[in-house]
Amino acid sequence: MLRHIISMKDFSRDEIDIILKNTMDFEPIARGKRSSLLSGKVLATLFYEPSTRTRLSFETAMKRLGGEVIDLGPVEKSSVAKGETLADTIRVIGNYADAIVLRHPREGAARMAAEYSNVPIINAGDGAGHHPTQTLLDLYTIMRESKLSNLRIALVGDLKYGRTVHSLAYALSMYHADMTLISPKQLQMPDVIKKDLKKQGASISETTNIEDVIGDIDVLYVTRIQKERFPDPAEYQKVAGIYRITEELLKRARDDFIIMHPLPRVDEIESAVDRTKYARYFEQSFYGVPVRMTLLAMAMGVV
Amino acid sequence: MNQKKISSDGSLNKEMRVRPIKQGTVIDHITAGQALNVLKILGISGTTTAVVSVAMNVPSKVMGSKDIVKIEDRELEEEEVDRVSLIAPNATINIIRDFEVVEKYRVDLPDRLEGVMKCENPNCISNTSEPVTSKFTVNKKPVELRCIYCDHVISQGITEHLI
Repeated sequence: MLRHIISMKDFSRDEIDIILKNTMDFEPIARGKRSSLLSGKVLATLFYEPSTRTRLSFETAMKRLGGEVIDLGPVEKSSVAKGETLADTIRVIGNYADAIVLRHPREGAARMAAEYSNVPIINAGDGAGHHPTQTLLDLYTIMRESKLSNLRIALVGDLKYGRTVHSLAYALSMYHADMTLISPKQLQMPDVIKKDLKKQGASISETTNIEDVIGDIDVLYVTRIQKERFPDPAEYQKVAGIYRITEELLKRARDDFIIMHPLPRVDEIESAVDRTKYARYFEQSFYGVPVRMTLLAMAMGVV
Repeated sequence: MNQKKISSDGSLNKEMRVRPIKQGTVIDHITAGQALNVLKILGISGTTTAVVSVAMNVPSKVMGSKDIVKIEDRELEEEEVDRVSLIAPNATINIIRDFEVVEKYRVDLPDRLEGVMKCENPNCISNTSEPVTSKFTVNKKPVELRCIYCDHVISQGITEHLI
């Protein structure tokens, strides 16, 4: 059976544990050790929305494993501009590649693509929907740089529109993490998602202040308040720049505390924080490569 | 429910509002005012060639008032009529052959709905020109429909989302 990677909800805790464990083996390859594991395989990347790190880390992962990458190129110059449906594009590209990485502005695009595809679909973000490879690399970062058991984590920023935090919170609920949600009132996590998390047995509390919890947590997961997700620019202006992680704020942090951010950041974390022992967001972006290696190898049936 | 029972209903005994049918399906105990939505959800439109009778706001001892729909010469399948439970959870289905009720059952919400409802999320892939049929998983209590594509949950105003 084809193994698509669409949503964290398709994974059990055991499956996630296996992915994280396998990723350890790919780390040396991600750091440059030669491999020909996916030699002769072709990955197609279809990005209908701009992305740099996700696309580049998939390309790097594929190439460092000895595989090839083909690219749809800019959407405005492709058959999509001629009005081709995603369903048709997927069926055509599926004849050229062994797996397809898809980012699309519409929620549910990857799920639909999987219905039409004869090769595995890896969802690299569908609108405000899912972004499972980001979640897996976040979990891997937590495992490597902090701990997944008895984790106390605070998620801060845009918890309403931010797709990464929804997937991450869902996955963390499988690890029984103690989660604090920090956001301005208008960017709180939607009730329907909180309900799902509670159904999973998650322990969740909410606050609007980082200061409330900074001394008690293992991980602070910071997200950007994304301008492009706001229907109303005036609403964006009200909350832009509301949270800022400064060296001053970190004085109360525990010794083994870490800060994560899916990047790109704007001004949520001041650059002075980069030099502190707490910053892990650049390591986090590196871990995207070995995690995606694992997922590519899985999707192509090699591990 | 067949005609006999309706005419035995106190308020109706002087005159039969809707005549009995020989073959087909009678959907009874429809929530008052929902008969036209029931036809819509069953895909029965003005272009149908079937003989369809609709009675609305019929006095009912149990329900106060109810709607009834009769469709002649067509026996609806159980999975077809289960959709009806979305808008008329108390509806009963009677299959009629030769003026006799040969089968009678209550509607029950299906676990999954395909092509009946439109997802509420305008940015969902099912609301595009892509060749995709809307699909929902159904939670029964309370009634909640979750889009399998975008995860959006419809819990209110379900009739407004009928295709």
